Amino acid sequence: MAADARRPDPLKSGIEFSGAEVRALQQDDFSSPAMLWVTRGEKLWSEPAGKSEKSCASCHQDARASMKGVSAKYPKVDPGTAKLTNIEGRINQCRTQHQQAAPLRYDSDELLGLTAYVGLQSRGMPVNVAIDTQNRSNFERGRDMFYTRMGQMNLACTHCHDRNFGRKLLNDTISQGHGNPYPVYRLEWQTMGSLHRRLRACFFGVRAELPPAGSPDLLDLELFLAWRSQGLTVETPGVRK
Amino acid sequence: MSIAKISVPSQARRGELVEIRIAIQHPMETGFRMDNMGKVIPKNTVSNLLCRYNGADVFRAEMGSGIAANPYLQFYIVAQDSGDVAFSWVDDRGEKGSASSKITVVV
Repeated sequence: MAADARRPDPLKSGIEFSGAEVRALQQDDFSSPAMLWVTRGEKLWSEPAGKSEKSCASCHQDARASMKGVSAKYPKVDPGTAKLTNIEGRINQCRTQHQQAAPLRYDSDELLGLTAYVGLQSRGMPVNVAIDTQNRSNFERGRDMFYTRMGQMNLACTHCHDRNFGRKLLNDTISQGHGNPYPVYRLEWQTMGSLHRRLRACFFGVRAELPPAGSPDLLDLELFLAWRSQGLTVETPGVRK
Repeated sequence: MSIAKISVPSQARRGELVEIRIAIQHPMETGFRMDNMGKVIPKNTVSNLLCRYNGADVFRAEMGSGIAANPYLQFYIVAQDSGDVAFSWVDDRGEKGSASSKITVVV
């Protein structure tokens, strides 16, 4: 299985496939419901947690300076564990190692809030992951997953998101499947959700087995998607239908 | 933790119509949904929301099952005197929230 990895041409963010109302919601920071999670993250940033009594701000100070451009470079291989980590994983690593607190549940309001707040500091900056010797095997696994048929529907990601973007799937327009706006407020969910939650929804759609959120499978796919969306800018926190 | 954002202009002329906006993070559970085990999820909405301007009630909302999650409200008040625009709300579980902002009226 050695598919040629390629980017869609022309490269388009998912927001360009959204309707005018959804676009207006994402553009206005007050009416965007996603910004409520940012507000939550901002509060949590300076709230002490765990046995260490330290908050994120105790080490990282002002997120507006220290987290600038950080999430645009994720997922990346953590030097300590030599494992691929996304922002959610990195935040939980800080919680368990430095704050000595329990890790936050994936897709909990707290973790989404912090991820969105950190992500916001990279808004407008280009997605920027480098594929090197450290993460090449992860990249290749993610790439193969993208091009491999799966589930009862026997579809691969590429069949919708490379060959049919811009066309209709029921009442929705198929996007190119980029991860640049995540975490997003999805109107269908009536709440905020992570990229992994959205990926699981696609796995469900093709009736494949769902990998758990935060699992190595989804992390590898996330890395491939980040490579594939290079050329777009980070939109966190996005709004989608 | 109740999370909300309000938007109140910091300055206004006396007699000016000013726009007040509030967005509250709340699931607005309708009471009609069931969980994975078939058990009804109890209704939980922001049942009572009150806005006071300088201590006087200017806006009140009773929201039920028909309002989507994370309610967003927008209305106008007439600026009269400098003071606080203060919101307070309570949901069906009795969880309270509040937010306020100052408005300065210039002649």
